[in-house]
Amino acid sequence: MQPSDLLASVNPFDAYRSGPYFCELTRDRDDGGAAARVRSRIAAIGLDALRARAAAAENDLINLGITFTIYSDSTAIDRILPFDCIPRILTAAEWRQIEAGVKQRVTALNAFLHDIYHARHITNDGVVPADLVYGNANYRPEMEQFPVRFGTYVHICGTDIVRDEHGRFLVLEDNARTPSGVSYVVENRHLMSRAFPDILAGMRLHPVDDYGRRLLSAMCEIAPEGVDDPQVVLLSPGIYNSAYFEHVFLAREMGVPLVEGADLVVERDRVWMRTTSGLKPVHTIYRRIGDDFLDPTVFRPDSMLGVPGLIGAWRRGNVTLANAVGTGVADDKAIYAYMPRIIKYYLGEDAILPNVQTNICREKEGLAYTLANLDKLVVKPVGESGGYGITIGPRASAADIEIARVALVADPSNWVSQPVISLSVAPTLTEAGIQPRHLDLRPFAVTGRETWVLPGGLSRVAMKEGSLVVNSSQGGGSKDTWVLMDDETAPAGGLAGDMI
Amino acid sequence: MTRDTPLLARYAESLFWMARYLERIENLARLVDVTQTFESPGREAESWLAMIRINADEEGFTKTGLEVTAENVKRFYLLDRANPTGIPMSLENARTNARTLRPLISTEMWMQLNVFHRDMLAIREDELQGDRLSRLCSRIKEGVQAHTGITEGTFFRDQGWDFYTLGRLIERADQTTRLLDIRYHLLVPGGTEEKLLAELTQWGGVLRAAAGYHAFRRVAPPGFTPADVVNFLLRDGAFPRSVALCVEQMEMHLGQLRSRYGLRGTVAALERVEELRAGLLGRPIEKIIGDGLHDFLDGVQRDLILLAAEIGTAFFRDWRPLAEVPEPISSQSQMM
Repeated sequence: MQPSDLLASVNPFDAYRSGPYFCELTRDRDDGGAAARVRSRIAAIGLDALRARAAAAENDLINLGITFTIYSDSTAIDRILPFDCIPRILTAAEWRQIEAGVKQRVTALNAFLHDIYHARHITNDGVVPADLVYGNANYRPEMEQFPVRFGTYVHICGTDIVRDEHGRFLVLEDNARTPSGVSYVVENRHLMSRAFPDILAGMRLHPVDDYGRRLLSAMCEIAPEGVDDPQVVLLSPGIYNSAYFEHVFLAREMGVPLVEGADLVVERDRVWMRTTSGLKPVHTIYRRIGDDFLDPTVFRPDSMLGVPGLIGAWRRGNVTLANAVGTGVADDKAIYAYMPRIIKYYLGEDAILPNVQTNICREKEGLAYTLANLDKLVVKPVGESGGYGITIGPRASAADIEIARVALVADPSNWVSQPVISLSVAPTLTEAGIQPRHLDLRPFAVTGRETWVLPGGLSRVAMKEGSLVVNSSQGGGSKDTWVLMDDETAPAGGLAGDMI
Repeated sequence: MTRDTPLLARYAESLFWMARYLERIENLARLVDVTQTFESPGREAESWLAMIRINADEEGFTKTGLEVTAENVKRFYLLDRANPTGIPMSLENARTNARTLRPLISTEMWMQLNVFHRDMLAIREDELQGDRLSRLCSRIKEGVQAHTGITEGTFFRDQGWDFYTLGRLIERADQTTRLLDIRYHLLVPGGTEEKLLAELTQWGGVLRAAAGYHAFRRVAPPGFTPADVVNFLLRDGAFPRSVALCVEQMEMHLGQLRSRYGLRGTVAALERVEELRAGLLGRPIEKIIGDGLHDFLDGVQRDLILLAAEIGTAFFRDWRPLAEVPEPISSQSQMM
């Protein structure tokens, strides 16, 4: 035997140590042996072949333009979301909890939004402080007393979930504005089936390719009443937006036009799109631009991305916006702390997916506790996304902690803090072989009349050793996320390869 | 049950221009190839100067501050990313339009263009030298031809296809007139048998650049003259790069936009096409050449510009006032 043969025959999982963390692929679970099969298939492929095939798969992503754009120092760089070929597995039982928990949360978020924009029971009852809601920059007085169909404000929701060292699922945050990432859920499965059919073969998984059809159905349901065959469009900031690929993906999966602000025009309080045969009516807009940019006559006057008069047309009920205006108040990191109580208040239930314990620095005790424990806590700005401005106490330098302290004292209400969660890990292909890397999960829920949750979600992986930051803008990658079918409910003879 | 889907004006415009830019790239490669063929030892610069002239790039080239040499002109068209009429920027513009069109075009179209774009950005100086240049031109042509084939086989045939094809046909007709213009000065009547033979050799080069050499041989009269070559490239009814065939197909696609999709804005454009056809076919070729081929070709080019403007006014131009263009990170100039 040559030395290289000896190396090739070593099982790359033999040296794998997940440490004190919950491991998503090596911990014993009720998965019908799926994880063990994946491990042995990967071992059979061997590290070298795995690397070569992973590189080829990533090259496919570049060729296909499945990229996002990073802007820094006025240059634009197209990057792929690094793809890790070792899948993350959710068992049928785990998924039942997540699915029910996400539905519960979305229901509560919508009930909360309806309440604060109408009767204001929850603040009158003192469950959530009034100034936290009505003084919030994302609260929109324009929404007061405004009816939305089925009481749905958050039509598309992304719920960020992590797992602690015991494997307990915890919600880290809600994304109720314009959550992104769902395109990678679907594209990762496509990529997996093209590049690693031998890992997927025979696995009984929930398919992920129904998202576009479900989304379109919801968008049609929420169209203004009385419209039989609604015209849905996806409103994008355009080709220079970092998430443009996802906008393309969603428009294609729904089979609707991807429009930019300048393609739309408001006349007689109705929204029209400019086509080769003149103006055609538009009924539902899945908008991927923020509230502030929607209508320069109402919000930011310098916005070039929006449509003058859009809010007027919408207030007259001639067009539906998804998500509704003003949902940002519900996914604010300050409101997040109250979510378990909000769920209890509206649904009379305990949260199926618990929160991470959160200290609100606008409250005296919260601030004092945070300042006293800066070295142990994660400090996050309220209302930021993309992982910016976060200080992870146990890993920060003394200087960074001082910077955080100054920022906190200067504007306490802009901050919350949480204990460091020992995020779960999953085996990930790295230069140094198969290594544990931290990851989270963002399932996507679509709500029209009812809520549907795409099986699985986006598993974002911190590709750097020990890192807890999984955001794509900060070098995070992703994994194909499998939801195993229940043996009782799975259709007979279904092979993963057929269902993708 | 299928739905009748309207086409965004912006998509129609992008399809039209994506096709034009790609057609332009293919023809630039053909022009470079034929220009190199015509280089006469010691007087290379003359041939390359002709290439600048027929593309009306005198001003643009002067701005580079470079001397007209074979090297500089090749670089100007193949490497210079700041030259709006060169291959790199045309490809950049084609890709930007394709990016806009991603919701509409097939994944295969996008992927090929994306990869082609990357390959072309990697062209190195030494690929412009000697026999390598001709191979490079073939690669560029094949890149566009692959696009054309993938589009033919995968692109949905609704009105978008008509706008796409119109862009390609207008550009192709324009480029054929430019190819003809390279050699128009050879058409001075009279001269010896040797001179005629030398001229025919050169016209053979033009025909090869247009991929029409063998087709011409099949249909040409025995004892053909340069006028027959001009007639073939301008007016043949079956050669895909002949101006007249392009014009005939433009009429067909405009007619289809009107009859199948009810687009009434086609009336003015159809009138332009009618004028173009009358100008092309209304006189014997000897008369056209006798009155001056160069001026005639200029006239055809002007008519094509007017036709593109009519299509733009009817279907594209009203969709976005110029002042509203967002985020000019890489501004795109879609002008003649």
